[in-house]
Amino acid sequence: MEGTERVFERLVLDHQNRIYALGLALTGNRHDAEEVAQDTFLRAYRALVTFPPDRVRELKQKAWLHRIAVNVVRNRVRGVRPRLVELNGSEPARGPGPEEDVMRKAEIDELAARVACLPARYREAVVLRHVQELSYAEVADALGQPVGTVKANVHRGLKLLRGETHGDGDD
Amino acid sequence: MATVMIDLKRLGDVKAPAGFADHVLAQAGMADSYAVFETVLGPVYVAWNRLGVSAAMRSNSAAEFEAWFHEEVGRRMVRVDPPADLVAKIEDQLEGTRRLRFDLRGLTPFSQAVLRKTLEIPRGQVRPYGWIAREIGHPAAVRAVGTALANNPIPYFIPCHRVIRSDGVIGNYGGGGPEAKKNILTLEGVQLKRLQELAHAGFRYEGVRSTKVFCFPTCYHGRMAKERNIVHFHSEQEAHAAGYRPCKHCRPAVVA
Repeated sequence: MEGTERVFERLVLDHQNRIYALGLALTGNRHDAEEVAQDTFLRAYRALVTFPPDRVRELKQKAWLHRIAVNVVRNRVRGVRPRLVELNGSEPARGPGPEEDVMRKAEIDELAARVACLPARYREAVVLRHVQELSYAEVADALGQPVGTVKANVHRGLKLLRGETHGDGDD
Repeated sequence: MATVMIDLKRLGDVKAPAGFADHVLAQAGMADSYAVFETVLGPVYVAWNRLGVSAAMRSNSAAEFEAWFHEEVGRRMVRVDPPADLVAKIEDQLEGTRRLRFDLRGLTPFSQAVLRKTLEIPRGQVRPYGWIAREIGHPAAVRAVGTALANNPIPYFIPCHRVIRSDGVIGNYGGGGPEAKKNILTLEGVQLKRLQELAHAGFRYEGVRSTKVFCFPTCYHGRMAKERNIVHFHSEQEAHAAGYRPCKHCRPAVVA
């Protein structure tokens, strides 16, 4: 039990920025990002304490956390369209981080809001591949989809982000 | 294509807000939460975790409390908004109408025994250090009891202020000195003046003629007795010799 707590502490410290960034890219605002990240780690904790020691040791932490985070977001927004966040930030500002000046923060938030407007399947694929920079194999694993599907979704997502209309005829 | 991807990459460089990790660890029960509460004693900083209240301190600043906690307990801690139900629970605890749970991990078994025993002293009553020592099975360890109480990490909640010297001296108090101890006891309804008069006269026990039971002077048994029926004793032996038995509630001596 003590050992698990050590592992969890490291897990949080090592991955907090990555998972928060993932939350921001998937939800489009910092408030939800924080909730998603918290939820992700707490679910990870509850699972971790039930794992036998060798499973904890062999855990691929990054992939595992991404999978949990994607599910957290999916469960949150089920039935709810991602809301459009006002570009100049009606979100309560938490104050910019050390190296994030205000300009940069506004740009980031605007970008996150744009990404959040993508349909879920494109958004997940694009974010994991190009924000989190996972390999296609890792993205496929985290999303539980075939690699080909992921590649297609990344491609279409990027197209939408660049403002090209998608003429593929899908939904 | 390229610019979009560069922008997306920047999105991945975002940092979690300050204190995020501590909050998560607190929610997982691996760090203590704390808040400041306005109580009848003034502002009190209180820390807790899933096992119960872990520390309390009257302090002027969060920084002082955090430094002390870090030194004494060593766990991480995060400041949170006081949960609404905890405010009521803390008031109830200080009023004596509720028992909170406490996290005494990290203390020696002896200190834990001392503090758990101290919790049994009812509001409005006091016991000598020797009583705690005897009750926990270490009758000679009176000084060690004093030390354990002086290092009580949760004063007010674990009422170490209800333990005083058998000669009537109020004794020192980690939670704000002897004056604070007197104030809290008075607030709890202890008649300090009477208690000290008895102690100065060398009286340690109070008996009731009609029942032939002797108690500590603050015990609620015998409260209803008429003044003329009350007798005082210097010692346990004297009480026994007069045909009195120790009260089963406050246990001024080993109950046969």
